[in-house]
Amino acid sequence: MEIMTICQDRVLELRLQGELDHHGARGLLARMEREIEAALPVELVLDFGGVTFMDSAGIAVALRGWQRMRELGGRIELHHVAAQPRKVLETAGIGRMMTIQ
Amino acid sequence: MQRIKNYVTLEFLSCSSNESFARTAAASFAAQLDPTLDELGDIKTSVSEAVTNAIVHAYPDRLGKISVKLKLLENSVLEITVRDWGNGIEDIQQARQPLFTTGGEERSGMGFTIMESFMDKMNVRSTPGRGTTVTLRKRISARIKR
Repeated sequence: MEIMTICQDRVLELRLQGELDHHGARGLLARMEREIEAALPVELVLDFGGVTFMDSAGIAVALRGWQRMRELGGRIELHHVAAQPRKVLETAGIGRMMTIQ
Repeated sequence: MQRIKNYVTLEFLSCSSNESFARTAAASFAAQLDPTLDELGDIKTSVSEAVTNAIVHAYPDRLGKISVKLKLLENSVLEITVRDWGNGIEDIQQARQPLFTTGGEERSGMGFTIMESFMDKMNVRSTPGRGTTVTLRKRISARIKR
């Protein structure tokens, strides 16, 4: 999985590209933690526009991002979430915790 | 016992790079039932969860064999059986609880919950030290042919 980082005005955006499964997520959690630590953003945006498939590995990523942003007193949003990843996230109740666009 | 109209059996090593292969293969096999995109998504996600469970939990510190059996039964029912010969599950009921995981920080503990949600039926059999078998069934809805 490829990750592109854009940081502007204390908004950290991570654009994910590829398949977000156990294999693809290797290193993603650590990378996300490092980026949050470096930017200390007020808002984290995970952009799923390039995510072609997602299983419960993506739930772990969303939950970790939510945890870290809560610690920072900030917010998290998920953008461009297609039908298949959205169904997985909704099954875990993630839609009740954060905005999924 | 339902009549088996078609079947495919896959055997592969518990490498995480095979997660994508397994779900794509399942989707390819299911194509003959003319599933909707949503149904294909359900099938791919469920296979991904079951295979990942075997990779992460059955063989945490080594590589082992995983088998995926895909069967087409009567009435457009797809049956998927994911089997491993690894560590096994001590307490299946506990393992099936949402958010429960023995897999550390990177796992969400939602695998079984997703399989149960996305498929019509899920059955889990396991013997610690011998292995685990997860059987999933989903009826693919008949579509009106134009």
